[in-house]
Amino acid sequence: MTDLVELDGVEKVFDVRRKTGRWRREKQQVRAVDGISFRVPRGEMVGYIGPNGAGKSTTIKMLTGILTPSAGRLRVAGLDPSRERTRMAQRIGVVFGQRTTLWWDLPLYDSYRLAHRMYRIPDARFRENLDRCVELLDLASLLDVPVRQLSLGQRMRGDIAAALLHDPDVLYLDEPTIGLDVISKAKVRQFLRDLNAERATTILLTTHDLTDIEQLCRRVMVIDHGRLMYDGALTGLHEAGESERTLVVDLERELPPVRAEGARVVKVEGPRQWLAFPASASAAPLVAHIAAEYPLVDLSVREPDIEAVIARMYEGPRVH
Amino acid sequence: MPGAAGAAGAPERLPAPGMWATYRMIAGMWIRSTLAYRASFAMMLVGNFLVTAFDFVVIALMFSQVRSLGGYSFAEVAFLYGTSTTAFGLANALLGSIDKLGARVRDGTLDTLLVRPAPVLAQVAADRFGLQRLGRLLQGLLVLGGSLLALDVHWTVLKALLVPMMLLSGTAIFCAVFVAGAAFQFWAQDAAEVQSAFTYGGQTLLQYPPTVFAKDMVRGVTYVFPLAFVNWLPALYVLGRPYPLALPAWFAFTPPLVAALCLILAGQAWRVGVRSYRSTGS
Ligand SMILES: Nc1ncnc2c1ncn2[C@@H]1O[C@H](COP(=O)(O)OP(=O)(O)OP(=O)(O)O)[C@@H](O)[C@H]1O
Ligand SMILES: [Mg+2]
Repeated sequence: MTDLVELDGVEKVFDVRRKTGRWRREKQQVRAVDGISFRVPRGEMVGYIGPNGAGKSTTIKMLTGILTPSAGRLRVAGLDPSRERTRMAQRIGVVFGQRTTLWWDLPLYDSYRLAHRMYRIPDARFRENLDRCVELLDLASLLDVPVRQLSLGQRMRGDIAAALLHDPDVLYLDEPTIGLDVISKAKVRQFLRDLNAERATTILLTTHDLTDIEQLCRRVMVIDHGRLMYDGALTGLHEAGESERTLVVDLERELPPVRAEGARVVKVEGPRQWLAFPASASAAPLVAHIAAEYPLVDLSVREPDIEAVIARMYEGPRVH
Repeated sequence: MPGAAGAAGAPERLPAPGMWATYRMIAGMWIRSTLAYRASFAMMLVGNFLVTAFDFVVIALMFSQVRSLGGYSFAEVAFLYGTSTTAFGLANALLGSIDKLGARVRDGTLDTLLVRPAPVLAQVAADRFGLQRLGRLLQGLLVLGGSLLALDVHWTVLKALLVPMMLLSGTAIFCAVFVAGAAFQFWAQDAAEVQSAFTYGGQTLLQYPPTVFAKDMVRGVTYVFPLAFVNWLPALYVLGRPYPLALPAWFAFTPPLVAALCLILAGQAWRVGVRSYRSTGS
């Protein structure tokens, strides 16, 4: 396996001027990306997540050659994206959830026809790819519609198709499911899964919808304040975030908080109590202990919620 | 399986389209879409022709009152007008859309052009290309043709060759001004007006003889901002008129050199501009 995407200590610093007084303007630096290193082998599907302003979009803009990094080394398929921008562009596909790459005032099909010529896609290949996208993304009835008349979800599907007609090696998706309804989301996810499985297209995806990550990515990277906080399997996030499971017990009557080793009561509501215990520990001894010591009526165990885990990571102490 | 090439290694890619190929494919797309509405296209072309011809109507009206302007006859001024308007008309038809760059930089939509495998300059310039822009060019050519018939000039081969040369290098100089002005908008996004001052303003300036302007003005557009090389210097040689500044006669033949230099500098400024582009936060 070769690494298709390589970042070594990549930084992006924006100089911004802020008004600090009536006349004074102070120059400040925003470290949007602050020393990020990672590698993505060919064919991997990676989730790139983090809170607002973490530096996700900035990273993608450097990977696509839109922005020049302030420091560090960055290679995609052996190319330096900002220096070899046009050669880079031939090998990548980009979808910005917030912004269309289609030609706004022209029918959707015109954007595809132009891509056909601009990317110099062989005719047969173009037909094949377009037909596939039209079928799987339900675009047949939209081809003659001017892009500005498409709904957000329709436009997004149109954008995804446009990013794939030239068989890119890497596909970058910056919030591709933003504003999609449940059915469209499922369709897009299935489409991406197939694309990755059948064509080994490497995919880097940012999103605020963790279901996207759960359903698509085995590997996830979490960034915050421009730094990589976690890089590994989705399941490993639980340990990294010291996640906890919850035991919910219903007792016969209202009682003071249950005392049990390795667990703590986080909430009491009448006879019902919530106990948190490490996700790595077994629930059996805890249940046995409580059943022996307390008048237990019913119980259930709640698995840790990935969203809660990540939220805790975001809020956790930051190493600077 | 069709995707096999992608999995085995990068498939060979043909070289990305160059400046002119990109321009043609995007402009072609827009022409196709505007030609769908023939009537409105014809009206826009005529409108463009008439609006730009108004400048010439002003000059013609002046000559109904006076016999000469700064010592120049009607035919001579028409010659200056024709060369300036034709050169500018061609540059404007080619690159007129480029003044939208500032808006694209401000709202970050330049991002989407940067991820396409084609020169950004050609993409910006060809955006919303409309054949109605040829109205100004047509009008300039018409006036130029008329002036050539009316002029009382002793034509030599050299003078005859100087006319197409001046149109081509004049177009190139105006193109360089458009590109430099657009490059400037990477830093000052509201500089579209500054650019218009040099492009539209420059065109109007060159439609009149240099003798009607203050010497300092003429010095400025000769030594600092070389608009005088668009038509004044070569045209005055054709007309057999002395240039208001003490310059050797061979300066009339330097426009191609000046144009090449301007294009190189403008191209450099553009590249620096693109590299300094910082997109937007959302
Ligand atoms: N063009 C710019 N000029 C100045 N600051 C910028 C620019 N682009 C981004 N930033 C700053 O860099 C930081 C990272 O922004 P970025 O857009 O990468 O975040 P993000 O992770 O994509 O967030 P979100 O989830 O909200 O999309 C933010 O603090 C933002 O204000
Ligand atoms: Mg973002």
